[in-house]
Amino acid sequence: MNFITFFFIDAILMLFIVGFYCLVVSRNLIRVLIAVEVLTKAVTLMLILAGSLTNQTALAQAFVITLIIIEVVVIAIAAGVVIGVYEHNGTLDTQRLRNLKG
Amino acid sequence: MPALFLLIPLLGVIIINLPGRKIGNRMAVWAALAVAIIQIGMAVTSGSMVWQGLAQVVSLPFGASLQIDLFTAVVLATTGLIAAMSLILDKNAENPRSLYFGSLVLVTMMGMNGVVMVRDIFSLYVFLEITAVASFVLISINKERDPLEGAFKYFVMSAVATVLILAAIAILLLTVGSVGFKAVADNLSAGGVSPQVIVALILFIAGLSIKAGLIPFHAWLPDAYSSAPPAVSMLLAGIITKVTGVYTIMRLITDVFSISSIMKTAFMVLGAVSIVIGALAAMRQDDFKRMLAYSSISQVGYIILSAGLGTPLGFAAALLHFFNHATFKSLLFVNAAAVESRSGTRQMSRLGGLASKMPITGGTSVVGFLSTAGVPPLSGFWSKLLIVIALWQAGAYFYAVVAVLASILTLAYFLIMQRRVFFGKLREGLESIREAGAAAVVPSLILAGITVLVGLLFPLVLLLMQSQGLI
Amino acid sequence: MLDSSMNVWMVILLSLLLLSAVFAVMIRDLLKAAIALAAVSVVLTVIMFLLGSPLAAVFELSVCAGLITAIFISAISLTKPGTQEELAAKRRLRLKRFIYLPILLVLIGVGLWLAWPSLKLDIAAVGTGAGLSVQQVLWDARSLDILGQIIIILAGVFGVVVLFRGRKAR
Repeated sequence: MNFITFFFIDAILMLFIVGFYCLVVSRNLIRVLIAVEVLTKAVTLMLILAGSLTNQTALAQAFVITLIIIEVVVIAIAAGVVIGVYEHNGTLDTQRLRNLKG
Repeated sequence: MPALFLLIPLLGVIIINLPGRKIGNRMAVWAALAVAIIQIGMAVTSGSMVWQGLAQVVSLPFGASLQIDLFTAVVLATTGLIAAMSLILDKNAENPRSLYFGSLVLVTMMGMNGVVMVRDIFSLYVFLEITAVASFVLISINKERDPLEGAFKYFVMSAVATVLILAAIAILLLTVGSVGFKAVADNLSAGGVSPQVIVALILFIAGLSIKAGLIPFHAWLPDAYSSAPPAVSMLLAGIITKVTGVYTIMRLITDVFSISSIMKTAFMVLGAVSIVIGALAAMRQDDFKRMLAYSSISQVGYIILSAGLGTPLGFAAALLHFFNHATFKSLLFVNAAAVESRSGTRQMSRLGGLASKMPITGGTSVVGFLSTAGVPPLSGFWSKLLIVIALWQAGAYFYAVVAVLASILTLAYFLIMQRRVFFGKLREGLESIREAGAAAVVPSLILAGITVLVGLLFPLVLLLMQSQGLI
Repeated sequence: MLDSSMNVWMVILLSLLLLSAVFAVMIRDLLKAAIALAAVSVVLTVIMFLLGSPLAAVFELSVCAGLITAIFISAISLTKPGTQEELAAKRRLRLKRFIYLPILLVLIGVGLWLAWPSLKLDIAAVGTGAGLSVQQVLWDARSLDILGQIIIILAGVFGVVVLFRGRKAR
């Protein structure tokens, strides 16, 4: 594996760690959305890198375009849900989501 | 013909939401119901000559990317059935948002129909997301506090599942060069499998296990099920998680990694653990719907255990249990909705003696739980019997014993439930309770009827399965 | 895939990507976090462009850096953080929880660096999508995904109508 490919894989792995760390540790609903976004960026980069390495950038781009459309819809709905939760609880703290026990 | 399963609901959504013409909320639900019934009809006849003849006259788009086989047809019919029941039940709630409810159920149906018909991992992801997004909205459709929190938990778990699935897609794109089921299966059977492919498959299975709510990944499921509005929790429990999680896992087992024995073991362990832990957790619940949710996890365990066996009989048994579970679990959720709407509570400790006041609900839920526990001659008995036979034949004696013992556990927690909710002395304050309205009684009678009929006419079902080469 | 003259740029861009992602996660102010997230998208756009995916890069820039940031900012402005004292108390807790992230990243980075020579990447010799243009792939081979996009946008529209209409202030 050449150096730059290694560096790409390294960066992708790090992005996953950043995203999952934030997802587990964060107590703010919007921060959870940001963590999900970071994770999505990581997989976007992964798809583009895979397309580039296997010389099928067209397919990878088609995937990424679909992925981006889906991503924006999901985030919009999730933001709606977060705002709804905020209106009921008056806070974005996940620790207050104690109405339902896991 | 497969494209019709996507285009007809799409047409339905457009008709419901036509601008200018005011179609009342009631009409929206009726129109959606019509689409669901058309879907049942189309799925049942999907193997017949009519459609083959039609395919030669008219060519529909997406012919190559969508396929229907027997397994798909059964799931499509079940989807139509449960969606129809859910739409009928929603009329119970006098929901002013029925217009959106009808449209969203149709969108969910499109998502699920896509999931069952695609033969390509990326398209699978697309339709999984459609189903998930429609489900978030359906759960939080009334914008009440608990459903919104349940929806948020579902969203987080679903997002993790999505990321895992997409990472798997990227790795497969890199290593196999293609994301079709067949290409991946060929790569796996060619020997000398790259460790990257194994990693990708593990990520994929973890993602789908989250969607199915199998045991280490189940945290979101009881919250989402119990907090959602009645018609939605029935839809979620009866079909959505079954299609997005269970069906996809079964499809991958048959189409993609039919040969990998490590995978089979992994599924069987996941299934067995889910059966036992789900049943044990169900015993401790006081909330009616939460108990049903854990029971659902346990029953899904049976399906995965049997499908993970990898034998034709195991698969047939899993398919049968898939259908049976969808019917009797939906039945129980309908009854839970009826009890909740009449008594105003889901806590079993505050209920009791309802059978005298709600004879139909009480009676049908006896049918439902006896079938879940596998008591003859109801449908659940036969599918569990087939599962145990399949396990025994394949030499998985330990798993067979687990399956039998866990069904005693199932009987136990349902007996507790039945005694606390329906039998015994009528609780104070519940004297004025009446039988649930037609919107709840009709689906529960239909679903109970199916459960009893499939059980009594099982020899016919067996013959049908034999004629299709399933066993 | 890349000539070596671009390597330096790639290393810089990837480091920037990672840095802005860490910022997005760790900055206390949510608004700044949203902007850091937009920066992640912008850097990702440049990387995608350099990797030969200009069309997807445009989508990333307009939709992710633009639209999603707008969604985040409106969500942040519709919700208010707690009082000053609450925030001060939370700040210390936050630091405690997030302090391990940079340490973890450095450790894993070093570990990967050591493992690099032994890592092996299997790459498909020939893929199904080689030598096609995006238009061909998207409209012919992946037309089902286009239908999927239409359906999910439909779902999104209903979702927005259901979730955002008739909000009552509390």
